[in-house]
Amino acid sequence: MNMNRRQAMAMSAGAVVFAATGLATTGALASAEDVDKAMMELAGGKMPEAGKVSLTAPEIAENGNTVPISVEVDSAMADGDMVESITIYADGNPNPDVVTFHFTALSGTAMAATRMRLAKTQNVVAVAKMADGSTFVDKKEVKVTIGGCGG
Amino acid sequence: MASKPRVKVPKTASAGEVITIKTLISHNMESGQRKDKDGNLIPRQIINKFTAEFNGAPVFSADMHGAISANPYMEFTAKVNESGTFKFTWVDDDGSVYEDTSEIAVS
Repeated sequence: MNMNRRQAMAMSAGAVVFAATGLATTGALASAEDVDKAMMELAGGKMPEAGKVSLTAPEIAENGNTVPISVEVDSAMADGDMVESITIYADGNPNPDVVTFHFTALSGTAMAATRMRLAKTQNVVAVAKMADGSTFVDKKEVKVTIGGCGG
Repeated sequence: MASKPRVKVPKTASAGEVITIKTLISHNMESGQRKDKDGNLIPRQIINKFTAEFNGAPVFSADMHGAISANPYMEFTAKVNESGTFKFTWVDDDGSVYEDTSEIAVS
């Protein structure tokens, strides 16, 4: 079930490498390598640079079922300085994908907040993709007291 | 499965203002990772897509995965240049679509 979904997603993204990763990690938790691979794919083969994007997450989350996070990119959101999307990954969840926010000129700012699940203490990673193709990353470790993925 | 969405949009704004919008919809966002008491996996059923439009033009959207908490909450911003209507759409894994609208007067 989990594997099929991942493969379908990987195929829709045209990524053969990611499909292979999906096979290898079925039934297990994601790893930092999975997130690195997904980031590389999003960034078009290179690692995103640090900077520009800032991820806000609690240092300690008592309940992994609902962890508030927010992301923001310092951007004018006008010609030549547009943020296309921000993707969030979690490197210790059963599936590293969390959410992708898509922005337009009508967004006004590149800011979004939501609540997510964390299975255990792990890194949450935010990757911002600019309209010119450049990518930026920010990472925060969140310590989780009670995991949020059920047994 | 999901109940009436709750949406917070200011009633008025000045032209060109960037406003903050908050939305919440009740949905248990079954992650597909949990097992029932017999040890069988409970199939995934989540809201996988959220979109916000203003007068028919896209403002913001989100592709969600199983790691989004139950009762998915979304907070984002919109730049309003004219009066009009926001339309919010949530798409469920089972194909159901939930919608809500909100008016704003811009002066």
